[in-house]
Amino acid sequence: MVDLINAFVVLLNYIFIPALSYGSQLALGALGVSFIYAILRFANFSHGDLMSFGAMMTILFTWLFQSYGISLGFLPTAILALPLAIIATILFSILTDRFVFRHYRIKKSTPVVLAMVSIGVMFVIQAIVRIIIGPDDRQFFDGQKFIMKAKQFKEITGLNEGLAIKSTQVITILATIVLVSLLFWFLQRTRTGKSMRAFSDNEDLALLSGINPDKVVFITWLIVGALATVAGTLYGLDKSFKPFTYLGLVLPIFASAIVGGIGSPIGAVVGGYVIAFSEIMVTYAYKKFFIYLLPQSLEPTGLVQLLSTDYKFAVSFSILVIVLLIRPSGIFKGRTL
Amino acid sequence: MIFFKGENMTAGYGGADIIKNCNIQVEEGEIVVVIGPNGAGKSTVMKAMLGMLKLRDGSVKFNNDDITAMLPQDRVNLGIAFVPQTKNVFTGMTVEENLEMGAFLRRDNIQDTINQVYDLFPILREKRNQNVGELSGGQRQQVAFGRALMTKPSILMLDEPTAGVSPIVMDDLFTRIIEVGKTGVGILMVEQNAKQALGIANRGYVMVNGENRIEGSGEDLLNNPDVRKSFLGG
Amino acid sequence: MASMFLLVGFGQSWSISLSILNMCIISAIMSMGINIQWGYAGIFNVGIMGFTALGGLAAVLVSYSPVGEAWRVGGIGMIVSLFLLITTIVAVFFLNRVFRHSSYKYWIIGLTIIIGLILINLFFRPAVQAIEDVNPAVTGFLGGLGLPIIFSWIVGGLFAAGVAFVIGKITLGLRSDYLAIATLGISEIIIAVLKHEDWLSRGVKNVIGLKRPVPYEIDLQKTDWFISLISYLNSSKLGKISDSLESEKLLNQLVIEGSSIFVKLSYMILFTIVLLFILYLANKAQISPWGRMMRAIRDNETSANAMGKDVVKRHLQVFVIGSAVVGIAGAMLITQNGLFTPSSFLPLRYTFLIWVMVIVGGSGNNVGAILGGFVIWFVWIEAAPASQYLIEILTIALNDENEFKLHLIDSVPYFRYLIMGSVLLLIMRYRPKGILPEKVRHS
Repeated sequence: MVDLINAFVVLLNYIFIPALSYGSQLALGALGVSFIYAILRFANFSHGDLMSFGAMMTILFTWLFQSYGISLGFLPTAILALPLAIIATILFSILTDRFVFRHYRIKKSTPVVLAMVSIGVMFVIQAIVRIIIGPDDRQFFDGQKFIMKAKQFKEITGLNEGLAIKSTQVITILATIVLVSLLFWFLQRTRTGKSMRAFSDNEDLALLSGINPDKVVFITWLIVGALATVAGTLYGLDKSFKPFTYLGLVLPIFASAIVGGIGSPIGAVVGGYVIAFSEIMVTYAYKKFFIYLLPQSLEPTGLVQLLSTDYKFAVSFSILVIVLLIRPSGIFKGRTL
Repeated sequence: MIFFKGENMTAGYGGADIIKNCNIQVEEGEIVVVIGPNGAGKSTVMKAMLGMLKLRDGSVKFNNDDITAMLPQDRVNLGIAFVPQTKNVFTGMTVEENLEMGAFLRRDNIQDTINQVYDLFPILREKRNQNVGELSGGQRQQVAFGRALMTKPSILMLDEPTAGVSPIVMDDLFTRIIEVGKTGVGILMVEQNAKQALGIANRGYVMVNGENRIEGSGEDLLNNPDVRKSFLGG
Repeated sequence: MASMFLLVGFGQSWSISLSILNMCIISAIMSMGINIQWGYAGIFNVGIMGFTALGGLAAVLVSYSPVGEAWRVGGIGMIVSLFLLITTIVAVFFLNRVFRHSSYKYWIIGLTIIIGLILINLFFRPAVQAIEDVNPAVTGFLGGLGLPIIFSWIVGGLFAAGVAFVIGKITLGLRSDYLAIATLGISEIIIAVLKHEDWLSRGVKNVIGLKRPVPYEIDLQKTDWFISLISYLNSSKLGKISDSLESEKLLNQLVIEGSSIFVKLSYMILFTIVLLFILYLANKAQISPWGRMMRAIRDNETSANAMGKDVVKRHLQVFVIGSAVVGIAGAMLITQNGLFTPSSFLPLRYTFLIWVMVIVGGSGNNVGAILGGFVIWFVWIEAAPASQYLIEILTIALNDENEFKLHLIDSVPYFRYLIMGSVLLLIMRYRPKGILPEKVRHS
């Protein structure tokens, strides 16, 4: 019986909690991609690097606060810096739209041309981020690192296995819940939110109903900029900030959005968790888990790992391919908000 | 008396003129039908009058104002509503949300108007919280009418409202259109089903090759031998 | 453009100038491959890096001598795993057909795949272990076929074509951006495989000392005809020196320089032959009925579809052909480098730079793609020293220890990205047809 609980704690500690926080980060990223897709109707490859830009802004403001000795006690200073970073990122994305994307919107270019343009934007953002903050790893987490340490958990429960809960994980999950609920409330209940859904549903009819397309696009960038900053910051807090890693996030983020149904906000959230859980479950070595569950004679000799962690890309990619083969419109039949 | 009128309209795409010197008029409380063979320019007339297509010659007047240069959205604001032939509802939204979007430009309380629409189309009240994508073709068409009526328009333009629905649903839709007309809204519609449409119309225009050749009351046109021969099947 | 190379040749050195020129030719071939996809058919491929790396892998697998020891300890295991893999794939296809209408189809197929994977692992893992333990400092992998490396140019094309076929089969026919995302994914996976499957490619330990299709400098320096060629070419210079010892020394130096230039020239000739050959074929294809049909599809997919053209099939053809060209260029690249370093494959360098070439050159125009390849590679190489120079001029007023100045100098390499990204955006916006626009033929 104790073995069973230990095995369960192993799963909780190494799969469930990390997947929940990684999934939240993906969900926020995928929401951003989905919003652009639903309103501006193109695949925005620069979203990963917009997240990196947002995270960089948070770091810069965190350093500023730290230099004045301002902190939030046991919470990371980054939370204080976040609102300022969001504003900076929103400004940046609106400028990008004004100087780059708008031209192609007016010209009614095909989505593939806009996707190409977004690659150019990605290039530029990567350069800007590296020029400003450099390519190196940046730790910007301060405050209390753990809410529960593995050792504490062992002492309290008397179990062999520890359960560690990092404060960044809790912050990530809470922030995601708050943001996603706010977003859904906005889309379902407010007049502006509904007009955005209408615009994404049927652009011509929305125009005929007097919905102002410029306002819709503006609000889209507002939301996307905020989502990207939060997602990028949370990812950076959880792992550590390295400009290079955000390019690698593009694939799992798109996979999340497409699996859930690109353009559908619920789809993006669900897709984020589907990808995160699959990635971690497939690349986790289950040896310890089986040691608790199986009699000694049957104990596994290998790591009992389906795929090495080097191939986590392959997991999101495989899921993407399977979804495209079986149900190209995704779980929630995306395309509109 | 409110009226909406296109005078000597000439318009087209690319090189050729699709419509030439067209005169169309609709007044408050009147049902006006435009019929004609395929490719005669019926839908183009609608687009021209709504401002979705630039006129090369002629003008569009609302009451006594020349609105030829006005954007479609602004014409909607004046009280001219339009129901496109296809893609005329927000399929991912509920019936009630569709109506709210129809009234997007209004800042006053829209609940009364919603109730009026529900009185006109009782089935919509029943399905108010259902996604429009799940409704039948005829019901969607009613949502489309309702959405357009939310601006409390004085003129309602319908582009082939009964295209692609079964004969029973078509009859029902025509009944609804008469009821909408009774509320005092002027209705201008383009129709393929000439016989039924002329049956409910106060006036009608017959378009051939981009010109409105024959004009008259619905009854006159129904009895006109030329019209009978060409469009009504003898 | 030619004057640029002359400038570098006289200014820096002929050897550098030729190196840049060779890379320009390879880039031009890659950009032609992508131009075939984007310019002819509007297909958006974001996985150029992966196809390049596949070509590189081909260079290793074709030219490296087989490692007998590794084959002895792990060969059978590998062959059995390969056989099982093929069996599993065939079984999946077969089951997919048999249970076409069964609601358990996906469960059955899933189960088959899992059983297949477990069986494969039973043989694969020990074989990998055995192979990687064979003299890991030098080999630790299966090696290749030991054939002349020039064959790998064809094999590289075939590898890339094979992967492109599978990807295209899955994603073409869906929305155009899905293909882009899928190619992005597959290229990341290809790189991950090359980095981590040591038995195949030695992973991050790199493969060095690949064979060459051209002579080695060391050998040239000992060859009599080469030495006499050099002394003949420089006879006037050598004649001026009376001292025989001095003249011997100068000749020696000239031979060393000359050998390096000779090797690069040989590469250049080989590469140019390939470039012209592909250009000839690409142009031929473009004006053929096939090319006209591709353009018709690109310009109006709906009406082409309505006219009964099989759009998906045509797109698949063009995607496979274009990727094969990139694969060929990848093999040539690794051939020239003489070493295969999976960790050097970065998307910025191998995917996005090629895109800049295509867009700048003029999508749809093969000569434009080549020109784009030359111009952009040249700019890419010279952008780093140029931006360093610029920064130094701009910050001349600042003290050498000034933190801002130091920071800027540290970030010089990234100004290249900034320049490239801006070039891409500016060209797309103000000259969307590129330097050499596509010629519209009415025939």
